[in-house]
Amino acid sequence: MEWMITTNEPGKTYLMQGNEAISRGALEAGIRFAAAYPGSPSSEILTMLGHVADEMEIYAEWSTNETCALEACLGASFAGIRSLCVMKQNGLLVVGDALHSASLSGVKGGLVLVVADDPSAHSSTNEFDSRHQSRSAAVPMLEPANMQEAKDMVKWGFELSEQLQQLVMVRTVTRINHGRSSVTLGEIPQQKQVPAVIGEWDRLVAINWFKDAQISKLEQAQVIFKESPFNWYNGPENPDMMIVTCGTGWLYSIEAVKALGVKDSVGILKIGTTWPLPEEFIVKHLGRTKKVLVVEEVDPFLEQNIANIIAYHPELNIELTGRHGQKVIPRNGELNPNVVRNALANMTGTTFTGPEVTFIPPEEAVALPPRELTFCAGCPHRASFFLLKQTLRIQEGQGVVMGDIGCYTMGGQRAGHYLFNFLSCMGAGISAAEGLGQLTRFGFDQPVIALAGDSTFFHSCMPALINAKYHNSNMLFVILDNSATAMTGFQPHPGIGLTAMGKTTEPISIAKVVEAIGCPVTVADPFDITGTTEIVYKLLKQPGLKVLILKQECATLAIRKREKAKVWVDQDLCRGDECGCGRFCSRIWGCPGNIWDYEVGKAKIDEVVCVGCGVCVSLCPAGAIKIEGGEAV
Amino acid sequence: MSKELIKDPLNIIICGVGGQGNILATELLASALVEKGYFATVGETYGASQRGGSVMSHVRISAATEYGVLIPLQQADIIVSFEPTDTLRVARDYANKSTLIITDSRPNYPLGVLIGEAHYPAMEAIEAELRKLSNQVQIIEATKLAVEAGNSQAANVLLMGALTALPLVPIDIDDYERILEQRFSGQVLEMNRKVLKVGYEQVK
Repeated sequence: MEWMITTNEPGKTYLMQGNEAISRGALEAGIRFAAAYPGSPSSEILTMLGHVADEMEIYAEWSTNETCALEACLGASFAGIRSLCVMKQNGLLVVGDALHSASLSGVKGGLVLVVADDPSAHSSTNEFDSRHQSRSAAVPMLEPANMQEAKDMVKWGFELSEQLQQLVMVRTVTRINHGRSSVTLGEIPQQKQVPAVIGEWDRLVAINWFKDAQISKLEQAQVIFKESPFNWYNGPENPDMMIVTCGTGWLYSIEAVKALGVKDSVGILKIGTTWPLPEEFIVKHLGRTKKVLVVEEVDPFLEQNIANIIAYHPELNIELTGRHGQKVIPRNGELNPNVVRNALANMTGTTFTGPEVTFIPPEEAVALPPRELTFCAGCPHRASFFLLKQTLRIQEGQGVVMGDIGCYTMGGQRAGHYLFNFLSCMGAGISAAEGLGQLTRFGFDQPVIALAGDSTFFHSCMPALINAKYHNSNMLFVILDNSATAMTGFQPHPGIGLTAMGKTTEPISIAKVVEAIGCPVTVADPFDITGTTEIVYKLLKQPGLKVLILKQECATLAIRKREKAKVWVDQDLCRGDECGCGRFCSRIWGCPGNIWDYEVGKAKIDEVVCVGCGVCVSLCPAGAIKIEGGEAV
Repeated sequence: MSKELIKDPLNIIICGVGGQGNILATELLASALVEKGYFATVGETYGASQRGGSVMSHVRISAATEYGVLIPLQQADIIVSFEPTDTLRVARDYANKSTLIITDSRPNYPLGVLIGEAHYPAMEAIEAELRKLSNQVQIIEATKLAVEAGNSQAANVLLMGALTALPLVPIDIDDYERILEQRFSGQVLEMNRKVLKVGYEQVK
């Protein structure tokens, strides 16, 4: 709710999503600058800030990639402006160099970098733990345990950042970003920051001369964290066992202690400042006990840094457990109340008595059909993957397909006929294809295709394309241009002509960029299955680097702009199972709009789901699928 | 007349298929609870699920303290579902003998069923297993009733109306209506008010 992040009602409590709380915290800190690249579960933050930018007199942008975002924030910070940077865990790895350099130069205006991790990789390709980067880059890190702390830590992060002249990271996880809880609002300052003059001798320079300063900032942070209100101990004076926890682990731990009835023997040490750890504070509390269970999301980061502290303090005599020690918490996957309760039960030798439950033996249980992911009805990627698969089947030699990150990553699964041979990170497909394409000289003669979406093209494919062109690799680069960053919720990118703040700007043509690099480019329509199949076939026969743009707008966006065409099956023409097509439309094409009418044994269109793209009209061998007006999109 | 929180924490799961509007309905429910002064937390599972996958929201309500956003297995007090196979999937993991299960009976066929590779079970079989899992199963034809009231997309608010009629849930229909008034206006508000009442009457 955008009104919740801008309303000036200090003391009022609202149910807020973690991402709303983070946006609110930044506005309460008086930011005037925000930059991000979309990535679940962080994307809502900049979307909301973009929408309220005019009202709140701030600037917000969807940067071309995470490095652009962080360095743009650094620029604004140089002029003393408080800047918020947002990304997901993969993005933080993209900005590795920028992050380590920024921490060497330090900042002027407060700079808070919010990084959203995705334990169990609900909407990611991995569950990397961002905290390693904060330690490696010597950047202080805060870790909120609920939505209130998410707001408060972001706000305080700006003060800390200015006090230390260092950027500050706030690490959240999916259950914070996409969870909701009560948040009590603070005040939004009326005074707006104005940029400071950057004088002749002002410097923001990242060279090793400043390493001593970087180390001293970290030591100062450690002193500040000793008194931080985000760290506390709650429990008996000398507990048999202590849970040390951060982030979502805190509430799960409280619930586990309550459920097992062990509050007289187990205490909880909650840490909100996870790097650098407040060593003195931790040593003081660890001295109360002999047994510690560390509860945290993803890697044993807190656990192993506590192990480090213990190693330097021989007076402590602690049996340390967690994701690493005795592996009482699984090494892989998200925390949940059961994982934490089981670990605590295991460590305390207690058992949980729950409500009466009936377990149905598997042989008596009703078989449930799985809900697998697929492209939306009318999605242009379905057509692209179908025609690419078809072309690779008819041409000579086993084609190799290098995938990339976006909605079209689903093309590696059934939705895209399992087309990919390779999938790595943003922009990796084309770079790896470049390497394979160089092996022609050693006799490698398989056709190589790299795929990337339009947003991914701008994000990280351009240097790779230059590399492939300069070294004339034998490969076909296919850009799946659906005019959207669809996977994360349709944020605009440089090819769209719209900014995060809803302003129009001159779009950058992907075709012109490719041509300027010196690559001949073909633009084709994936919905023209026959024509485009022929184009792909011919391109694969040509030596050297070829670029093909498959252009068709994301169906979910397109349907918002035009009247839906009516598509239907003329069941007199559909030959049913006699046809020999093997129920092509519903089984192979696989669009959720194409269904099978079991009553009459013929094809049918689900009119609620169909978006009227009409591609299936051209694919039916019996010509039984009809479209109003007789024409497809 | 105001209801008390009989069970603390009260754990409610609202589930269905992406696009059925359960995230919005849940957010409105929890907002109404926070407005009444309760601690309410919501955990949502979506992301890639918006493309036809299962979506499940956990709501935890307490008068005393904040709870983590996820409900422990087998500890849901109420399960409200928009889709029968998802009801069963969720009930197997989260229901106990006294969980109150409210489900729509209208199927939403997954890809595998549409293409003829998987079989969609009979409603009777689903209901029979639900009744083994829990002593309290109630079927509300939410989508059908919403269509009759004028909008199939309003089944989400209709089921919320049913929730407000339960003695376990510490808000009244008026409390939910107040949140609807905050968020909607004109015809949309009128439609939502209408289906909320239809849902309420299913339980009353």
